[in-house]
Parts: sequence; C-alpha cells; structure tokens
Amino acid sequence: MITAIRNYLVFLLRCIRIAFVGDWRYYAWMGLLTVFCMLGLNAYAKQLANGLVVTGMSDQVSWGVYIANFTFLVGVAAAAVMMVIPVYIYDNEELHDLVIFGELLAVAAIIMCLSFVTVDLGRPDRFWHLIPGIGQLNFPSSMLSWDVIVLNGYLLLNVHICGYLLYSRYHHRKPARWFYIPFVFIAIFWAISIHTVTAFLYVGLGGRPFWNSAIIGPRFLASAFTAGPALIILALQVIRRVTNYHISDKALLTLRSIVQVSMIINVFLLVCEIFTEFYAGGLHVVSSKYLYLGFHGYHALVPWIWTAITFNLTAMVLLVLPVSRSLRWLNLTCALCITGIWIEKGMGLVIPGFIPTPLGEMAEYSPSLNETLVCFGIWAFGLMCYTVFLRMAVPILQGNISKSNEGEFLQGSPRHEVTLPQ
Amino acid sequence: MSQEPSDKRNIPALDADGLSRRSFLRTSAVFTTGLAAIAAGLAPLRNLKDFTSMEQFVQKYYKELTPEDMEKVLKRIENEVEQQYGIRPHVRDLKPMNGVEFVYCLNLTRCIGCRKCVHACVAENNQSRNPEIQYIRVLQMTNGSFDMEKAVHDYDPAEVPQKGHFYMPVQCQQCHNPPCVKVCPVHATWQETDGITVIDYDWCIGCRYCEAACPYWARRFNFTKPAIPKDRLNPNMAYLGNRPRKQGVMEKCHFCIQRTRAGRYPACVEVCPAGTRKFGNILDPNSEVSYILKNKRVFIQLKEELGTSPRFFYYFDV
Repeated sequence: MITAIRNYLVFLLRCIRIAFVGDWRYYAWMGLLTVFCMLGLNAYAKQLANGLVVTGMSDQVSWGVYIANFTFLVGVAAAAVMMVIPVYIYDNEELHDLVIFGELLAVAAIIMCLSFVTVDLGRPDRFWHLIPGIGQLNFPSSMLSWDVIVLNGYLLLNVHICGYLLYSRYHHRKPARWFYIPFVFIAIFWAISIHTVTAFLYVGLGGRPFWNSAIIGPRFLASAFTAGPALIILALQVIRRVTNYHISDKALLTLRSIVQVSMIINVFLLVCEIFTEFYAGGLHVVSSKYLYLGFHGYHALVPWIWTAITFNLTAMVLLVLPVSRSLRWLNLTCALCITGIWIEKGMGLVIPGFIPTPLGEMAEYSPSLNETLVCFGIWAFGLMCYTVFLRMAVPILQGNISKSNEGEFLQGSPRHEVTLPQ
Repeated sequence: MSQEPSDKRNIPALDADGLSRRSFLRTSAVFTTGLAAIAAGLAPLRNLKDFTSMEQFVQKYYKELTPEDMEKVLKRIENEVEQQYGIRPHVRDLKPMNGVEFVYCLNLTRCIGCRKCVHACVAENNQSRNPEIQYIRVLQMTNGSFDMEKAVHDYDPAEVPQKGHFYMPVQCQQCHNPPCVKVCPVHATWQETDGITVIDYDWCIGCRYCEAACPYWARRFNFTKPAIPKDRLNPNMAYLGNRPRKQGVMEKCHFCIQRTRAGRYPACVEVCPAGTRKFGNILDPNSEVSYILKNKRVFIQLKEELGTSPRFFYYFDV
C-alpha cells in the first residue's frame, strides 16, 4: 500500500517536473501564455472589485461573451467523443493511439468552461451554495444545476480515463479493462449529455422565443462535432511537429471525414432554422431579423453572423472537395470551421436571444476591453493546461518516462525526459 | 529521443546534490518574479471593501435559519447599514400571513403614464440611484395595438398622457408558475404562500439565469455597488424586501413586502394619482381585487400563452 502511494507520488512529481522543462520554443510558448493569463487575472481582479459593470453586459443583455465562450467550449469538450466512438466502437486503428489527445483536450476545455462560468458569476464567493449537501443545488429543476453535475462528472470521467491509461503505460502494465472500459462507454453518453444539457439551458426558456426551439440541441451537437475535431486536427499536427510522436496523415483524414459530415448536417440544420423563422413570420422573428438583417437601425451582429455563414459555407465546400485532402487546405478549412462556429454559437446564438428584451426594447451589446482580456486570459490558461497535459503525456506514451527509469529521476538527473523534436 | 546540443543551455547542470547554485538562483529568481507578477495582477482587489464578511460568507440559507440565527442576521444587517449610511434601520423578517394571497390589478384605461409609481418604488425600496435600478417600466403603447415591440420605453413629452396612446406599467407579475424560480440553481428565489416571489439577497450567486428566464423583464442585477444618498435611505426594512442590496446579486419587485405584510398598500398603489392600481387579498371575497376580477369583463394576463399565470391583471373600464 505504502509502496503504491509512494510510486504514485513519484509519478506525479515526475509529471510536474517535466512540465517545467522544455526547449526554447516551449518556454517561449508558455511564457506568452503566462503573459495573457496575467493580463486576464488582472482584468478579473478589476471585475471582482468593481462588479460586472466593467463588462458590456446590461439588464437588457445579461449574458455576453463569457457564456458564449462557455457554450462553444462545452462543444469542444463533447467532441472528444468523435475520436472515442471510432476507436472503442469501430476499432479504428489509425486513431487508436491518438484518442488520449482528444480526451486531454476535453479536460482542458472543461476547465475553461468552468472558468468562464465562474467569471460570469456576480458572487463567486458564494460558489459553495451550489455544492449538494452544504449548499442548495436546485436539482433537477434548474438546467444550470444539471450543467454543474454533467460538466464536473465529465471532467472526472476524462481525468480518470486519461490518468489511468497514462499511469498504466508508465508502469508498462496492460490497463485492466474493467477499470476503464466501462468509464469510456459512460463518457460517450456523458459527452452527448453535456452538450444537450447546455442546449436545454437555453431551449427551456419559454420567454425567449429565439432559443425556445427544439432544433437548438441538434444544432449544438452538429456544430460541436465540426469545431471540436477541427481543433483536434490542428492540435495533432502541432504535436507531430514539436515531438516525434507518430501521427499518420490517415488519422487526420479520418477526422476530416467526421468534420465533413458534421458540417453538412450543421449547415442543413441552419437552413431548417432560418426557413422556419422567416417563412412563417410572426412576432417571434424579430430576434432573427435583428441578427441576420438588422432591425430598425440596430445591426451590430449582422457583420458577425454573415462572417460566420461565409466561413461555414466556404468550409463546407472545401470539405466536400478533394482539395481538403491536402493538409495545407485542410488546415485552412479547420480554421474556418472553428472561427465560423465560434461566432455562430457565441455572438450568433447567445446575444440575439436577448434582443429585443421581452418588453420589446432594443439594446445592443458588445464586449468591453476588460471582458475581452478576461476571455483571453481563460483561453491562455486552457491552452496552457493542454500544453502541460501533452508535455506529460507524450514522453509517458513513448516510454521515456516510466517506472523503469525512476531511479535516474530520484538521483536527480532526469535529462532524458526532455522530449525534443527530431 | 534525440537531444539537440542547444538544450544543454536550458537544462541546468546538476551537481552531486541534484541542485546547482546557478540553477537554484535562477529558480528562485523565476519564482520571485512570478509571485510579484501575480501580486501585481491581483492589486485591484485592494478595492474590494465590504464585498463580504466572514459572518455573511458562512450564513445559512434563509429557510434553514433558526429564529435565533435570524435575529443575529438582522443585527448584522442593521450594523452594516448603520456603518454605511449613518442611520440605524429597523430590519424585520416579516412572514406571510395566513389566508392571504396577494393580487394586483391595473386599470389600463386610467393609467396616464406619469411614472410616479416608478419613482415612489425607487424611494421606498432603496434602489440604487447610480446606476439607476427601477422595478417598474412604463410602456407607451399606440392605441389599437398590444404589440410590445412597438412600445416606446423612453418617452419624454412635456405632458402626459399623449393623444393616441395608452400606457402600460410592467413590473414583476408574481407568477403562479414562475420561470425564475424554476431555473435558479441554488433556490435563492422562491414563491411564498402569499404569492410573492422573493429573493434571498444573501444567497444569490449572481448567475443571472432568472433574468434570462423572466418573460416580463422584471428582474434587475446589481452590476456594481448600489449607490443611495444617505438622506434618501428608507430605514423601514425587511430581510426579503427593501434592505440595501450588495454588488452582484439580483433584485426585483416584491409587492413592497415591508409594507404589505404589515397591512399597508405597496408604494406604487399609494402614489398613483389616477387610481390605476388596485391591490389586495384574492382569498377575501369582499376585497377590491376580488370585485374587479368578478365584475370587470376584460382583463389580461401578460403573455398568457406562456403558462406563467401571473397574479398581476390588466383590465379596462368597460
């Protein structure tokens, strides 16, 4: 027992140690992220001291880019399932050794989600009111309480799966199937649930006709399964470039097929939504009119949404054409997907739900500088988490950090642990 | 793993003890710089005066407070208010009365749009004057249309009422099925037996989900520390009512709990110069509101189709 704890602590120490070691590019990248984290921290400190008045939000538009980013990132986290399903259900060989990078991305994305929700709170000091037992979690009535549970549950599931697989690899042991396979399958359903619950957060509000539509849930999933794997395609290429971990082009192209199909479904659902809104007309169309066309001289979101639509359509065409089999074009396409969907789900879904207000008042929203800095800070923090996770995972997967060379670490010469590109 | 020569520069040479002097100095330098940067980043928090206190931080949920706990809490609030405003207020925890369910009736034929109710409400309920928070929003509507999207919110003519318009004040509708209560993740807002939906300002986490859920735009958020001039503070306060709020929590109309649970009319009813506003106990068959709901032919619950079933009725004299 004591040996087991000791071994685990040594493992953790070695992981922490490696996170602080790297070549100049690693230090430069982490340094840059640290700068943004500090800017974000400073901006958040200002927000805590002065209140959410330092954001662009108001009683009219009471949620802004924090919740927009949150919504987008829940999608990114859920998208890990698009690697898990091929590997664990269809025994896909290409993605088999890469699935853990998707799961680690999910962990980083959930950390960002929880940060975005926290910075959106007016009273973060009262977070303990959400903890069942000591607080008053309004479960199952409030969709937000569901979100608290599913997000934290998803975080735990993925931390367990990744942590266990890496620790087994560290010991050169074959992971015990019963100790992770059930969790992998639970995580598949759980991934779908986190994004569905997040959609229900909006869909369940009868007083907001723009959100009160059953198609929001499916649209969320389709857009998540587009933007998430697109992000993973880019991340895998970065990993391939800065380490010598083997990632085949074929794996990237498998992910491309997923992005391709998802984007087509995403655009189709968008068409369904737009048709229903505009053809039927009625009073409920005002938010959509405001979003797509502008309304009575208010049109702050029009350039945003048309950028998103242009990006998404271009990406769809590129994905369908064989040209996106070349990595350069595929990368461009992925960038278009990610940006297009970020705008569509953030500025395009969260904000217009508030405009006009339920009493018909028009009030626009744009994020303030302070709010933007907080967002950059959280993104930088999330990327830093992901970088550190990869920094730990890659040498373990390659066998460079393992139980067998533990002695060298304990004697204080862990030089071999520095994984470097060829 | 291939090892580039350039890395040797980045990895400190290690002596037999596992730590060289150079690397020790460098590590401490990095560590100190890091701490200094974090301290500098967090510097704005020095302005975080009376954001919360230990007593408030550990305070239990309203419904779990024993009478002794409540006594302490009320004392704490009185002390805080006195410290901040220089006036000793009288803060009570008024409970709903048995056999009472409050209902509000508003006569759209009579309302002249003078907004006296808005300002009486602000004065009575200690709403922030900067930034301005108001519970009642009066809409200027065009005769013949009930479409709120065509309503004017910021009308400002020399005289009201304006020809060709009618006026519709909107405030919390005290729904039977309140969406705000349903969505609150921490039970910080709930419906009392007398029909009033209240907020525990000391329990609200400020997520603003209720504000998104409300179909009547009745809820307001304290985006910053509310500012009330000392000489304007109303010292007659209730815990679930008009005691001063903190930064970062929700508030809204509560039918002037500090008055109505003590047998008085809400401030907006008292101030209305046109006799537009009627308030009373629907469980009492002889009350004015019972008479109105029995005898007036046209009355409207706003957005009835949403199934919220407001306790706030608009009617016309016909």
